[in-house]
Amino acid sequence: MTRNLSLFAGLALLFILTGMLQSWNLSLNILNLALLSAIMAIGVNIQWGYAGLFSTGIVGSVALGGLAVGLVSAPRVPEGWAAGGPRILGALIFGALAVALAIWIYRRLPKGRVRLLAVSLFLVVAFFIYRAILDPAVVAVEANNPAQAGHIGGLGLNSLLAWPVGALMAAGAAWIIGKIALGLREDYLAIATLGIAEIIVAVMRNEDWLDRGVKNLIDLPRPWPVPYEVNMQTHPDYVDFVTRAGFDAITFSTIFVKLLYAAMFGLVLLALIWLCERALNSPWGRMVRAIRDNEVSAAAMGKDVKWRHLQIFMIGSAVVGLAGAMMTSMEGQITPGSYLPLRFTFLIWVMVIVGGSGNNWGAVLGGMLIGWLYLAVEFLGPQMMEQITRGLPPGDLKSHLLDSAAHMRLLTLGVVLLVVLRFAPKGLIPEK
Amino acid sequence: MDILNAFVAFANFVLVPGLTYGSQLALGALGITLIFGVLRFSNFAHGDTMAFGTAFVILFTWWFQSMGISDGFLPTALLALPFGIAVTIAMVLGTDRVVYRFYRRQRAKPIILVIVSAGVMFVMNGLVRMIIGTSEKNFSDGSRFLLDPKVFRDATGLAEPLAIKTTQAVTVVVAILCVAALFWFLQKTRTGKSMRAYADNEDLALLSGINPDRVVMVTWIIAGTLACIAGTLYGLDKSFRVFVYFGLMLPIFAAAIVGGLGSPLGAIVGGYVIAFSELLVTSAWRKIAGYILPDGWLGDGLYQALSTDYKVAVSFVILIVVLLVRPQGIFGGK
Repeated sequence: MTRNLSLFAGLALLFILTGMLQSWNLSLNILNLALLSAIMAIGVNIQWGYAGLFSTGIVGSVALGGLAVGLVSAPRVPEGWAAGGPRILGALIFGALAVALAIWIYRRLPKGRVRLLAVSLFLVVAFFIYRAILDPAVVAVEANNPAQAGHIGGLGLNSLLAWPVGALMAAGAAWIIGKIALGLREDYLAIATLGIAEIIVAVMRNEDWLDRGVKNLIDLPRPWPVPYEVNMQTHPDYVDFVTRAGFDAITFSTIFVKLLYAAMFGLVLLALIWLCERALNSPWGRMVRAIRDNEVSAAAMGKDVKWRHLQIFMIGSAVVGLAGAMMTSMEGQITPGSYLPLRFTFLIWVMVIVGGSGNNWGAVLGGMLIGWLYLAVEFLGPQMMEQITRGLPPGDLKSHLLDSAAHMRLLTLGVVLLVVLRFAPKGLIPEK
Repeated sequence: MDILNAFVAFANFVLVPGLTYGSQLALGALGITLIFGVLRFSNFAHGDTMAFGTAFVILFTWWFQSMGISDGFLPTALLALPFGIAVTIAMVLGTDRVVYRFYRRQRAKPIILVIVSAGVMFVMNGLVRMIIGTSEKNFSDGSRFLLDPKVFRDATGLAEPLAIKTTQAVTVVVAILCVAALFWFLQKTRTGKSMRAYADNEDLALLSGINPDRVVMVTWIIAGTLACIAGTLYGLDKSFRVFVYFGLMLPIFAAAIVGGLGSPLGAIVGGYVIAFSELLVTSAWRKIAGYILPDGWLGDGLYQALSTDYKVAVSFVILIVVLLVRPQGIFGGK
């Protein structure tokens, strides 16, 4: 217990040092992203630590959470929606029905070549009908003011509402993925989830009607209690308060906004930890771990292994989707190009493994520690390289070394992962 | 005449690129499948091993170019290839010694090895970025076309010119040589036979006195060689970027699984299956249809089933279908 407390104290010290030596704005920035990483790590820990499911599609859940923010909170684009919104919706419903029908046919027909042929033929025909419904609508929507809009727009609701929606969307996607891939061997599951995540991100990058694709959806409104710095600075009460307290008006407003985000994220994180601890120490938690440790004997005891795996896969993805939605609503924009698997899948994995898989506090510690490391290396790396290369004469080698410092974090994280896996495979806070 | 034109257009857009891309995928998938067969885990670092090898081939190529060495109309990278392969082999053997051997001796679960290989992937990706940077590198030189479209048009009088890039021809030839050498090695040599025996039944192979360390070492050497060659060919044909090589992982795994993990022949067939499906689904058929359809029938669509941005979806769908319908793959792997 004292060991764990001192680990968290050390973590706090890192953020305090960053604040004192660099700037508090930077430290809080890193803190907010680290809190989000901790939530994502909890989600991955639910999948891997509780149930031993190795999914490499975390980035897909994060992206879906972000998309939810775009759909729920982005300002409406009535012209865009009128141009083809309903028709696009119709096409999507048609697509879903066609897939459902294909599955029904597949189940009805006897096994063999005929079934394969019939289902493939049906799907090909359905695909072309789907494209015929969808394409004109997409062209119409994207033609509407392409420089500023060109998409169907959001609902214009509060960004806070998008958080649960993000979780639901990620859980829905996880249900589909789980239905397809969960019966497979572990490494097949890893490859399948990697592929699905790539497809989700590719859709967000290319479907301009949905979220403007690589043109990025910007200026999403902030979630409910968070004010804009500009509005704060001109508010008479605020100016009055700042002058009396003797703070710098601009710096204090930026720090206040970040603190507010940190408080919101912290609340969500604490609620999740509480829920997870309760779940893990309940009969449900014991059953899940029993399945993880020995599937065959758990099945023999009458546990529905397949359904439990699906359930956990969905819960874990929902938590990650929630964090993805929170991240987008803090950043105020959707940039599909930034959803990189290295950043949002494998980095989260490093967090869970370093922290201690199977332990909620471990996941949180790992998330925040690695989150800090990942972002801190960005400014520490070049500074360190500056020191190291001080003695070198200016030239190609020196400039190359200075440039390469920016890429050091992947290397660092890889080494950290390998060292932890080898010498402390249970992580910093091992499972009880 | 129009049928001929349509065929030439088909060759231009599907056949030649498909053979090239398929060969690259096949070489990559062979590495995956060998490591799976002998070491029994899915190596997530394979894409980045390819990038690592290619990065060194590029460095050697630049060095040769600066010294004025070239091999005529062929790309200089072919001369640099052996040196790149040597570095890659050193790298994978070093990785095995430092990282994988520990888990092998422990008889760790395959999934732990997969996670470990993801760590190796991070390290290699970081190294490549530090060594050569993230920007796009073009290192192809020599003559651009083996079959110049202009020459072809003058010779045949067809409206549609056929073009075969030197890099495409080089890819196919090198791939055939590699595959022939590999199959000869696996079927005819003592070491190759012991490798297959080890892959088939580890305990039995150990009982009959096969040295496991040697088998593992040879497997890594072959996998490293194939990875470096596949990466270089891909880089020559398209261009080199670290991210792209990470993205190649999915089609390569799909190729290996479609053919049957652990089956070398399957990996080759799988490579071509994936490459041709990708091209058939994502190419624009407008030009080809224009030659075949009667006048006036052609609308204004591109005749493209999926945009090229969804290439990854094609390999994925094939992968899923195979996993659901025939999980052991076409050639019955493990």
